[in-house]
Amino acid sequence: MAVAGPAATDLEVVRGKRAALFFAAVAIVLGLPLWWKTTETYRASLPYSQISGLNALQLRLMVPVTVVFTRESVPLDDQEKLPFTVVHEREIPLKYKMKIKCRFQKAYRRALDHEEEALSSGSVQEAEAMLDEPQEQAEGSLTVYMISEHSSLLPQDMMSYIGPKRTAVVRGIMHREAFNIIGRRIVQVAQAMSLTEDVLAAALADHLPEDKWSADKRRPLKSSLGYEITFSLLNPDPKSHDVHWDIEGAVRRHVQPFLNALSAAGNFSVDSQILYYAMLGVNPRFDSASSSYYLDMHNLPHVINPVESRLGSSAASLYPVLNFLLYVPELAHSPLYIQDKDGAPVATNAFHSPRWGGIMVYNVDSKTYNASALPVRVEVDMVRVMEVFLAQLRLLFGIAQPQVPPKCLLSGPKSEGLMTWELDRLLWARSVENLATATTTLTSLAQLLGKISNIVIKDDVASEVYRAVAAVQKSAEELASGHLASAFVASQEAVTSSERAFFDPSLLHLLYFPDDQKFAIYIPLFLPMAVPILLSLVKIFLETYKSWKKPEKTD
Amino acid sequence: MAAAMPLALLVLLLLGPRGWCLAEPPRDSLREELVITPLPSGDVAATFQFRTRWDSELQREGVSHYRLFPKALGQLISKYSLRELHLSFTQGFWRTRYWGPPFLQAPSGAELWVWFQDTVTDVDKSWKELSNVLSGIFCASLNFIDSTNTVTPTASFKPLGLANDTDHYFLRYAVLPREVVCTENLTPWKKLLPCSSKAGLSVLLKADRLFHTSYHSQAVHIRPVCRNARCTSISWELRQTLSVVFDAFITGQGKKDWSLFRMFSRTLTEPCPLASESRVYVDITNYNQDNETLEVNPPPTTTYQDIILGTRKTYAIYDLLDTAMINNSRNLNIQLKWKRPPENGYIHYQPAQDRLQPHLLEMLIQLPANSVTKVSIQFERALLKWTEYTPDPNHGFYVSPSVLSALVPSVVAAKPVDWEESPLFNSLFPVSDGSNYFVRLYTEPLLVNLPTPDFSMPYNVICLTCTVVAVCYGSFYNLLTRTFHIEEPRTGGLAKRLANLIRRARGVPPL
Repeated sequence: MAVAGPAATDLEVVRGKRAALFFAAVAIVLGLPLWWKTTETYRASLPYSQISGLNALQLRLMVPVTVVFTRESVPLDDQEKLPFTVVHEREIPLKYKMKIKCRFQKAYRRALDHEEEALSSGSVQEAEAMLDEPQEQAEGSLTVYMISEHSSLLPQDMMSYIGPKRTAVVRGIMHREAFNIIGRRIVQVAQAMSLTEDVLAAALADHLPEDKWSADKRRPLKSSLGYEITFSLLNPDPKSHDVHWDIEGAVRRHVQPFLNALSAAGNFSVDSQILYYAMLGVNPRFDSASSSYYLDMHNLPHVINPVESRLGSSAASLYPVLNFLLYVPELAHSPLYIQDKDGAPVATNAFHSPRWGGIMVYNVDSKTYNASALPVRVEVDMVRVMEVFLAQLRLLFGIAQPQVPPKCLLSGPKSEGLMTWELDRLLWARSVENLATATTTLTSLAQLLGKISNIVIKDDVASEVYRAVAAVQKSAEELASGHLASAFVASQEAVTSSERAFFDPSLLHLLYFPDDQKFAIYIPLFLPMAVPILLSLVKIFLETYKSWKKPEKTD
Repeated sequence: MAAAMPLALLVLLLLGPRGWCLAEPPRDSLREELVITPLPSGDVAATFQFRTRWDSELQREGVSHYRLFPKALGQLISKYSLRELHLSFTQGFWRTRYWGPPFLQAPSGAELWVWFQDTVTDVDKSWKELSNVLSGIFCASLNFIDSTNTVTPTASFKPLGLANDTDHYFLRYAVLPREVVCTENLTPWKKLLPCSSKAGLSVLLKADRLFHTSYHSQAVHIRPVCRNARCTSISWELRQTLSVVFDAFITGQGKKDWSLFRMFSRTLTEPCPLASESRVYVDITNYNQDNETLEVNPPPTTTYQDIILGTRKTYAIYDLLDTAMINNSRNLNIQLKWKRPPENGYIHYQPAQDRLQPHLLEMLIQLPANSVTKVSIQFERALLKWTEYTPDPNHGFYVSPSVLSALVPSVVAAKPVDWEESPLFNSLFPVSDGSNYFVRLYTEPLLVNLPTPDFSMPYNVICLTCTVVAVCYGSFYNLLTRTFHIEEPRTGGLAKRLANLIRRARGVPPL
């Protein structure tokens, strides 16, 4: 080539500069977005603001109470004001982020003719039989009948009565402030039948800070769509005992009616098995005074583990299992008694383990040994056993004895062993528990996804999150408007959707992609490419800066 | 009044089936059996079978109550509407050439085949869920069964139990050959037995012995069978089988004798009180032909003869439910002794322990004249830990030479000489008599190529590609952005002066 003149050199320099700038432009405009796009993780958008809003959710639990006044329950001039509605609202103090308010919406009305007739009958039971026929009450609602101060429906010293269905009877008063006094009595009764602090505290036990009562409150099973109940007969010594139990009949007669009454709270399945050579984990101590064996209270926690390996997990479903074990002690260790803290034998000879189930020790009558050779045939008295197991079942479902207000008569249990308002109470508690669980799950999922940007969020995960959020909101609305049944269903859906989103396996795919590996791949490629571009950019910048400064000086 | 009516009806309904329940005989039964067969090769095969029969229509009952039949499997049958289920876990391979035909056949690894009821709508979904549940029950990797390894055979695998029609649409079959069978599969299998492993034949099922065997195969078979001769209703049969082959020759220091205690390190102590039949069969086919060959202890009370797998066999029967059998000695340890030792030979084998000791195999063999004896040893190539490779791993690894020590009969009988007087070269190895001489031969060391990994491959690839890209890119970039122009040197270099000197000498104008 010919020797280039100064003009041609300048031209070349300018061309070089342009080329460098073009490289930089291509790298920034094309390369960076391409790299960004190809290495991006797919993250569907999530309703973060709504989820954080759930934390400040205010739950208003509305209990619709219909108050029916009979003719002589309150002064006549007060009766003129009927019908009208009074709302009694109260915040339940819990150390929980959600504010829970309880509203008793009391609709006052006059009694209809047939109600008057029923309430003037001789006994409460008769009145009830006549009253509950016509219409079915909605879940969660209550009806309180006011009777005259001197009515003989209740025993004279009793002020109120809580029935087995969703009804209660309260004695009225002839007083100037009648409505105020009555209002207070009604709220007392209604609280006992629907929502009290301890019910909600038990429902939220997992979400509340621990206190000394929390172990007691954590006894009930966690809320779930269904439950499996397994009755197991443990016969560690089949050489000596040939144990028979009529479990089919016992389940049909005692357990199934109870579960049918409870069926609104979930699906239940019942099965039973007999396990041979299944031992308890501890050796019972011998008590020479009574020539019997006993298990200490502090030994009981060790009893369960070795047995549990034999029980077998439920193969057919994913619901939590409640185990009820009937243990017939081996001949060498019988009779066997369970001792409480003070060393006295427990009357039922049974104990339960929170969220797991119950164990009952069934001693074989010592007379049977004399009669025949081993093995002796043992017929289990199922009524005695099922009494214990049903009581444990109630405890494990969190159906505790209600706190009855003073001077209040509680009706005897229904044949199923469950009162209708007890079921409502369970549904209230379970709805609140479900909502708390769902919000916690959603909040931690949102936190996790916000914190770790590597996680892929697929569309179906996102849609589950949206569905869960919507269900939480719907459930809260339904609770506020007093529709317990639909609120419970929505809360279950919220839990299901939120857990499905939280445990979706697609969230884990790219979770553990460490940064140092990324750099090991990027640096050998990016460093040689980026350094020339950056250097020429710096050079161009310096030159333009100089040439920009020069004219200034000459000026 | 209206409330009382349904209640009364309910009570009647409750009473109805109850009376029927009481009248029934026990609805399930258990039989257990152990067959011990000495194999032609000197090994001993033990085959356990536990059969639970349940007279119940599992699918029709909402609430299920289990006695002898395990709940976990019963729930499976009713939930997934199974008609038959066959599941086997096998470690090792049944060597038919050495051991003869097996009672129970199974492929290596895990095999599962299932017939579903014709009421199942989505067979593939049920199959997938079932294999996952079974995977949990038996602690096996059956969850890896998917559409890629599932087939629907149309000619083979007919139902083994009662079946009306055989529409192959409801059959699924899968094998996982890689499945390693171990204690964690045996424990859940044992838990399904009514007597667990506390009484009866199942006492012998001790995991550490069962897995020190040449062959281990455990299986679960569920099928419907006829309840009675006329087959008016069905019962469910669960067969749990386990067969193992013990290498009696190695554990018995070269003897083929065996006893229950030597094989299982347990003896039978008590029968399972739940079993209606509990027997041990010992194959003593040679016993009758020639009383000199073997001896069983205790002597059997009854024997059983039949044609099994094409040959006439004789079995000694030990019935555990027979009270005299166990009460005499508190335990039953069946022993078999061969009276005439089969061959004269000695084999000592000491297996290697990784990174601790090498293998040692010693054999004392009498070689026939004019014969060729080959000793071959199979080995597997394994990867070492990557720090254990030598700096030149591709050279190979040495296996030390084998040693052959022999007393060779000499052609000419040497006269006995005084040991001290004889030349030194002749007196290192003492020889007792002059008729033979001692030789020790060494083979060549063996050089084995072990698989060597490429230690730095991934990072090399990354660095190489990146370097190539960077070099190409760099030169390209330079070409495009730099300006090239020729620069006039102000003073010439040494070369130029030299050139000019030469040019001047030649009379050419300087540069």
